[in-house]
Amino acid sequence: MRLLPKSFKANKRERGIELFLLFCASVSIFTTLGIIAVLLFETVDFFREVSIVSFFTDTEWTPLFAQKRFGIWPLLTGTILISGIAMLVALPAGLLSSLYLSEYAPERVRRAVKPVLEILAGIPTVVYGYFALLFVTPLLQRFLPGLAGFNALSPGIVMGIMILPLVSSLSEDAMQAVPRSLREGAYALGSTNLQVSFRIVVPAAFSGITASFILAVSRAIGETMIVAIAAGQQPRLTANPLVPIETMTAYIVQVSMGDTPVGTLEYKTIFVVGMMLFLSTLVLNILSQRLRARFREVYR
Amino acid sequence: MKRTNMKKLFSGLLVFPLVAALAVLYGCGGGEAQVDASKVAGSITVDGSSTVYPITEAMAEEFRREQPDVKVTVGVSGTGGGFKKFGRGEIDICDASRPIKDSELRATRQNSVEFVELPVAYDGIAILVNPKNTWCRSITVQELKRLWEPSAQNKVSRWNQVRPDWPDREIHLFGPGVDSGTYDYFTGAIVGKEGASRGDFTSSEDDNVLVQGIAADELALGFFGYAYYEENKDRLRAVPVDDGKPENGDGPIVPSVDTVKNSTYQPLSRPIFIYVRSQALDRPEVSLFVDFYLKNATALVGQVGYIPLPDEAYQLAQARVERKVTGTVFAGGSQVGMSVQDLLRKESGSTE
Repeated sequence: MRLLPKSFKANKRERGIELFLLFCASVSIFTTLGIIAVLLFETVDFFREVSIVSFFTDTEWTPLFAQKRFGIWPLLTGTILISGIAMLVALPAGLLSSLYLSEYAPERVRRAVKPVLEILAGIPTVVYGYFALLFVTPLLQRFLPGLAGFNALSPGIVMGIMILPLVSSLSEDAMQAVPRSLREGAYALGSTNLQVSFRIVVPAAFSGITASFILAVSRAIGETMIVAIAAGQQPRLTANPLVPIETMTAYIVQVSMGDTPVGTLEYKTIFVVGMMLFLSTLVLNILSQRLRARFREVYR
Repeated sequence: MKRTNMKKLFSGLLVFPLVAALAVLYGCGGGEAQVDASKVAGSITVDGSSTVYPITEAMAEEFRREQPDVKVTVGVSGTGGGFKKFGRGEIDICDASRPIKDSELRATRQNSVEFVELPVAYDGIAILVNPKNTWCRSITVQELKRLWEPSAQNKVSRWNQVRPDWPDREIHLFGPGVDSGTYDYFTGAIVGKEGASRGDFTSSEDDNVLVQGIAADELALGFFGYAYYEENKDRLRAVPVDDGKPENGDGPIVPSVDTVKNSTYQPLSRPIFIYVRSQALDRPEVSLFVDFYLKNATALVGQVGYIPLPDEAYQLAQARVERKVTGTVFAGGSQVGMSVQDLLRKESGSTE
C-alpha cells in the first residue's frame, strides 16, 4: 500500500523506515518458517527409526519406557476427547450468550457484559488449570463417585469456559454484521424476537459462527496448561471422560520437564507430536479463515 | 508454585529449632563458631533428585542464615537428569536417590569430573492408596511385581487381577517419572530390572502431582518417597509391604521411621546421597556448605520427614570429605535391600 506521495519516497530516511517495517513483518514469517523447518526435519528423522504405519496403527504410546511403542492414537483421542467436552460447553453457551448480546440485550447491558465476558479470555491458563484440579474436580466428585482425581471431564469443562468468550465474541460480531433490513423484513411479516434470532440471524451469520467454532476448537486442541495440570499424564485409548488421560500438549510438557538428551528417539517424539498438533490446528485455522472470508463477501 | 509453598512450610518449621540451635552454638561453641562465622561469598549449584530436594533445600535455607552472601540454587530434574549435568561438570552438587550408575560414572571420567560420594539419609519408598480404599490392606512383593512389570501393560488393569478377592474395578496407577532415582530403585527392587516397568500409568517428576492424583482417586495406587507420604499422611494411606522373607520381619511391614531404620521395611528402603564435585570442594563456600550439611543432617533430615543415618555414618562421611576420597563404593549400580549396617560397612571400606 502506498499511503505517501512519491516525492517522500526519495527520502532516504523514509526508505530506511520502510525497510525496518518490512524486517519487523518478516520476523514472524521467518520464525514460523523456521519452526516448520525444525518440526519437519525432526519428524523425518523420527520416521527413519519408527515406521509411519505403526505410528498410525499402534494403539499404545510408551516412548519413555523400556518397551517402547509409538502409536499416536492415545494422545490424539485424549486431545479430541477434551476438546470435544470443551466444545460441548462452549458452543451452546457461547452461541446463546452471543444471541442474547446481539438480539436481546439493551445497548447498556451489552456494553457492560461484553467486556466482562472477554475478561475470561485474559485469565492465565495456569489459573484455569488449578481451578479445574482443585475446585471443579472435587465438586464433580460429589455427583460422580467414579471420577478420578485426574480426568478429562473437569479440564474439558473448564477449557470450555475459557474459550467461551472466543465463541461469543466472534459470533456476536458475525450477527452484528447481518443487515438490519433482513431483520426488519422478518419483523414486518410478524415474526417474534425468537423467530428472528433463530430463523434469520443465525442462518445469515452461519458461516461466521462456524468460523468462530472452528477457531475455538483449534484453540482447545493447542491448550496446554489446563490439561497438563488437571487431566493426568497417562496416554490411554479411551472415550471415558472419568479416567486420567494425556493430550498431545501435555505429553510435550511431560517430556520437557524431565531431562531428555538431545538427539534421542524420546527427544524426537516431542517434534513428531508437535507436528501433529501443528497440522491439526493449521487445517482448522485455514478452514475457519475460508468460512470467514465467505461470510464477508455476502454482506459487503 | 507448589515448591514455593513447600519452601515456606519448611522455613516456617525450621526457624525455631534453628534459632535455638544457633543460640546454643554461640553460647558454648567458642572458637569454632567464630571460625564458621567468617563470611564468604559465592554461589553453589545443586540439581537432581526430587526425593533429596527437600533435605538440600532445607539445608540451603539454613545455610543462608550463616552465609547470607552464598547463593545456593537447588534444581529438580530427577537423579538421572542431575547426573547428566554433573557428568558434564555443570553443577557442583548432585542430589541422588540412588548410587551413581556405571554409564554415569563413565561420563564423569570422560570429562575428568571427580567426586566425593556422601550418604545423607535413609528413605523408604511407600506404596500409597486413597484413604477410601477399604480392600488393599497389605500387598506382597510378588503382587507388586505382577502389577508393575512390563508385561502387565494393558493386561493387569483391575484390582481383582492383582488379588482375586479385591473388587472388580479399574486400578489407576501413579509413579515417578523415568528420570527419577525412585523409579529406578523401585523397578530394580520390585520388577528385578532397573528401568523396566509398564508404561500405562500417570508418571510425573513432580511428587506433588502424584500426591494430588492419589488423594483424589479412590481407585488409585502409587509409589513415591516416604517423606512425601509423611507430609501428606492425612490425605493418603500407606500399604504395608510383605517381602515374603520372615528373617527381616514377618508379614506385611508398615513403612515408618523405625521399620526403615531397623531394616525390616524391605526391599523398598534405601540410602540417598549427595555427590560433590571434588574441584568444587576447593571453593570455600562449597566446602563450608558440605560441612554444614553433614553437621546438621541429624537434626534437619528428621524434620523434613526423612530418616537420619546413625551419627557414625555422618562422621565417616565427614572424614571422606576431609581426605577427599573420590569415587563410589557402589560400583555396579544400586543394591536392593541395603541396610544401614551394610551401608556403614561399605562407607568405612575403601572405594572402587
